Amino acid sequence: MTTSSVRQTMALAKRSTLELFRQPSVVVPSMIFPLFFAFLGNSSFGRTTSLPGFPKVSSYLQFQLAGTIVQGVLFGSVTGAAALATDIENGFFDRLLAAPTSRTGIVFGRLAGSVLFGALETAVFIFALLPFGADVSAGIRGIIAMIASGALISLAVGALMSSVALKTGSSEAVQGTFPLLFILLFFSSAFFPRETMSGVYKTIAGLNPISHLVEGLRALSLDGFTASATARAILVPLAIAIVALLIANTQLRSRLKSH
Amino acid sequence: MNVATQTGLQEKDLNITTMRSAGQLIKRSLINTRRLPSAFFPTLAMPIFNMVSFSGTFFALTKLPGFPTDRSVNWFMPLGLAMGSAFSGVGLGFSLIRDLENGFYDRLRMSPTSRLSLIVGPLFATWIRVTLVAVVVFIAGGMLGARPTAGVLSYVCSLIAALGIATIGAGWGLGLAYRFQDMRGAAIMQLSIFLTMFMSTAQVPLNVMTGWLHTVARINPITNIFRLSRSGWVNETSADYMSWSNAYGGLLAIAILSVMSLIFAVRSLKRIDN
Repeated sequence: MTTSSVRQTMALAKRSTLELFRQPSVVVPSMIFPLFFAFLGNSSFGRTTSLPGFPKVSSYLQFQLAGTIVQGVLFGSVTGAAALATDIENGFFDRLLAAPTSRTGIVFGRLAGSVLFGALETAVFIFALLPFGADVSAGIRGIIAMIASGALISLAVGALMSSVALKTGSSEAVQGTFPLLFILLFFSSAFFPRETMSGVYKTIAGLNPISHLVEGLRALSLDGFTASATARAILVPLAIAIVALLIANTQLRSRLKSH
Repeated sequence: MNVATQTGLQEKDLNITTMRSAGQLIKRSLINTRRLPSAFFPTLAMPIFNMVSFSGTFFALTKLPGFPTDRSVNWFMPLGLAMGSAFSGVGLGFSLIRDLENGFYDRLRMSPTSRLSLIVGPLFATWIRVTLVAVVVFIAGGMLGARPTAGVLSYVCSLIAALGIATIGAGWGLGLAYRFQDMRGAAIMQLSIFLTMFMSTAQVPLNVMTGWLHTVARINPITNIFRLSRSGWVNETSADYMSWSNAYGGLLAIAILSVMSLIFAVRSLKRIDN
């Protein structure tokens, strides 16, 4: 990337970030709902922590923290990708293409806004739930790693959703993927440990990438700041993000070819 | 001036007109369901997804001491059905907003139709759709291992609860749609129904809950409706097993909330007319 490409990407990143923060009605639900579910879950499933197979936790909220972060980040990333699709729909994307703008910067600039929002959401969830018993065993270093992990998850999901936006050019199609994410979330270990599931559900949760994203974060929250926990929290979303970025790049190239 | 005076119709004719108009609106709604299955699909898919995912993910809940059934699908099938019914009811509000925005509703209001038919017609159509959803959910639940503990009455109670929730949702959705007349109403409809449903015994019974939720769920009338819905799916030894004392609270909650929400809808409709 040349210096001007970096500057262009930064300018587009600033635009996408400001766009997110200037529309509180779009972003607030992705913060409020996960927090509501966390408190709801804590009251509903508080007694389940003594069940066989449940990891050793100080409260259900401590277990739920990772699920809350992933839930919020997933929903927030859809919003960012839908904004890219809106750019395509209203012609802003074409104007960028007509200008001498870095092509990859268009996507990376958009994703930067989502990444920043993902990191912010993660920090908000941790500090909002901490006083109610969602302890982070890994301490302040763990919290920093969790915020980095939240940002990477946001990058991974944002890039996947951006691929849908680039492929279809429709914000409705991007929003249409929301139920799919919802299904993936509920068939994962986001709300309950895999060890307590049985049969086909356990298998699905084991194959579900969301389970692995959640469990990486959960390791920091429950096991403390260990090399293995940090590696799981960072490397799993990083690997998914790399694959997702490659897919997004391929979709961008095929859209550019069609122009 | 009422419609009878305005149009010179006799009261008897007006009743026929009301039923005829309501019948036409039911027909329109059902034709729309057939022609636009994509719009009906979420109503059908949601309860099944809800039942399947919750029963699998929260399977271990049944091992908690005092949990009223040892089959998680028995517990979560009524939840799926209730959620599907609530959103079916509220979905009426969405359709109404579309009709208000594209002018179809103005044409209905300009015709010499009883105002009541504008509420009764779509409501009956929702009941038909909810019954269809219930049949599919019962079949899917049965395939997943749901077993009634009170025979046919188990299905009847769940269906009554589903129709009741759909009526409450419909009254609330229509009322909000008449008041807001745009998509702002849709957001409030979804959010309010969602919160009211989940702040009850939707996920776990009262004896398993802790903290603030226990207090809220205990006074939430939706808890009574869930008790009615699940009374034929919990173990016979459970305190919530089918009995008149477990059913009347749910029936009463349905009656009171339905009347209140439908009054809200009628009054909101009158506000438009005025």
